[in-house]
Amino acid sequence: MICEHDMLKILKTRWGQGHQTTKFPDTTPTLPERFRGKPTVDASKCPPDCKECADACPTQAITVAPSLKLDLGRCLFCTECTAACPQGAVKLTQDYRLATSKRDDLVISGADLKLAESMSAELRRILGRALRLREVCAGSCAACDLDTNVLNTIGWDLSRFGIQFVASPRHADGLVVTGAISHNMVHALKETYDAVPPPKIVIAVGACAISGGPFRDSGAVKNGLEGILPIDLYVPGCPPHPVTILDGLLRLIGRIKRS
Amino acid sequence: MSTTWLALSHGRSVARSEIPTVELNEFAKTLAAARADGARLAQLFGHRTAPDAMTVYAIVGRPADGDYAVCSTELRGPDPLAYPAATSAWPAAQAFERELAEEHGVIPTGHPWLKPLRYKPTVSGAPAPWGPFRPDVPIPGDYPFYRVEGEEVHEVAVGPVHAGVIEPGHFRFMCHGEDVLHLEIVLGYQHRGVEALLMHPHPVRAIMAAETIAGDASIAHATAYAGALEGLADVEPSGRANMIRAAALELERLANHVGDLGALSLDVGYLPCASYLGRLRGDFLNLTLDICGNRFGRNLVRPGGVAFDIEPARAASLRDRLTKFQGELLPVLDLLFSSSSVLARFEGTGAVSGETAEEIGLVGPAARASGLELDVRHDHPTGVYRFFAIPVATESSGDVYARAAIRWVEIQRSLVFLQDVLKGAWEGDLRRPLGALRPNALAMGVSESWRGEAMHVAITDGDGRIEKVKAKDPSMHNWFGLAQALRGVAISDFPICNKSFNLSYAGHDL
Repeated sequence: MICEHDMLKILKTRWGQGHQTTKFPDTTPTLPERFRGKPTVDASKCPPDCKECADACPTQAITVAPSLKLDLGRCLFCTECTAACPQGAVKLTQDYRLATSKRDDLVISGADLKLAESMSAELRRILGRALRLREVCAGSCAACDLDTNVLNTIGWDLSRFGIQFVASPRHADGLVVTGAISHNMVHALKETYDAVPPPKIVIAVGACAISGGPFRDSGAVKNGLEGILPIDLYVPGCPPHPVTILDGLLRLIGRIKRS
Repeated sequence: MSTTWLALSHGRSVARSEIPTVELNEFAKTLAAARADGARLAQLFGHRTAPDAMTVYAIVGRPADGDYAVCSTELRGPDPLAYPAATSAWPAAQAFERELAEEHGVIPTGHPWLKPLRYKPTVSGAPAPWGPFRPDVPIPGDYPFYRVEGEEVHEVAVGPVHAGVIEPGHFRFMCHGEDVLHLEIVLGYQHRGVEALLMHPHPVRAIMAAETIAGDASIAHATAYAGALEGLADVEPSGRANMIRAAALELERLANHVGDLGALSLDVGYLPCASYLGRLRGDFLNLTLDICGNRFGRNLVRPGGVAFDIEPARAASLRDRLTKFQGELLPVLDLLFSSSSVLARFEGTGAVSGETAEEIGLVGPAARASGLELDVRHDHPTGVYRFFAIPVATESSGDVYARAAIRWVEIQRSLVFLQDVLKGAWEGDLRRPLGALRPNALAMGVSESWRGEAMHVAITDGDGRIEKVKAKDPSMHNWFGLAQALRGVAISDFPICNKSFNLSYAGHDL
């Protein structure tokens, strides 16, 4: 029973909280100056035969031969490469937009990243205005899961875009998968995918789900989702910032067009 | 106790030859004697030194002495190696001895609960005591569940894929009507092979493995891992680096404690607080983002110090924002803890007695909720915790209310601590180079994560190369506590009991 006094207290507290939901995507988010977003590479700045950045990279995300390339699917945004390169051939920008439609698009050789495209017109007709997702965590550290879940808070209010996380795969239109795909989760992951009625989509969130991330080649993981399930959206990062995940989801449903 | 145990501290090394070795048959008795002297089990693990030889190390915390202590025993002979289990007399060892059996095929004789822990093959490929590893059989189909039988008893199976956006694990409830007679928790789904990566030749890859043992406790694990390496290198981080680590650790605690109280509100259907606290959790994560560019503190802590500074202007800005968030947060917590409908669900639910908590070796808020005065920041203060003491928060009822109330108190104390440390003028290098590691040595690093004690132990060979790193997340101790809390509780109260512990699957599974 809530007495009158309690009700007043609830209202007073509510008043003190104000309005907290971001206006994204109508406004761009403000991120602190140390935010580590999209890397860019510029081979024209490289001294001959230099491979300091590639050697410094803990996940072999950078290759220098035949040309300088950085794989965002492997990148953990750790700054070892930028610290190793006094020429500034590798830089981390503040650009939070990282999601792509294809694995190959994550491999950059300049400043441009081909961002994710909307799902097909047919899929958008069926799922675009009411997308229900089932999350499967399969060998993560939990950070990707936590920052995916954050989208459900009032700060982001994911449901205003018609996107919701649901409990049962049978109620879902697709999976969000996190983690490097531990051997012990392969069976449950496939069963969950099979339980989703078609047409269905798969979204890989985080470096782990894309490439194994920090757990790559540990021997206990499958180095990501590639080859296990077909992937419709790649969201790199360790973990990706919530706005990076949301940006990817909104591009997938056609709510944000390429820019 | 002094002759059978060697004192051990965070960030200090000991020679392997100095570590006392007790007879195989005396090992369990030595542990029991330490317990009788007020010690608690912090770590127990095996290290294979030759194909037919293994050293088993036990590390205990001695809260009264403000330190830790180590002793060991030697197992020799052809497989399978065996020794009398410590768990028989001290249940706190149960998960550690199961880990030993699973990793090395060692048989802890007389272990009352010898079952797989994470589902992985032994290092040598030899069978575990319960049989060979069967990768083709799904985990719940390959687990000897404790069964309660009777006409009206039924089982409820949940997971590994749960209803929410959370980590995987399997829960098996033995129920009589609504009442849970027994809950068995089967984990291993998050096993990623982290420990091997802690010895990765690329030092950044290695500490990233530490940071991702439990992704919401990155600072705690990275600090403990760094402490072990600093001990081997005999390097002490500067006051400034220690201040930045402590500030980040308390921000980590704030974000998680606030998030947990929000999740508890949600699970009792009290939506106003769930909404506000879910948002405020993110505000604290964003302060960590401001310090190092990542909401979970990735790449901030590095062996020898930290990689990002908190300059005076940044410290002032952090303090201002903390004051603002405090003003928004504390009335919400006051509302939560004065709402009778919330308290009716929290109070008396999922109680763990102090006696049980000690017996099974709970740590962190779960231990303090049951009246155990355990907190690494107080029992074994390191860095700036030596100068800014945080009193240990305890409750006595051991229920969901107590575990929630501990977080409420700790949130307030962390806010005070942060204002204090961020005010100070801290001197020193951000990061000191480590140099060569001491050969044939063992060193330990420890930190009070928001869940409890995180510990890393590193051992070097004769050339000063790391040959073993053993990591422990507090969840290793506490999952059994959740199972105990469910005894006699209505199954519908499982979600709030679970949230009140909020343990790490990843940290347990490694």
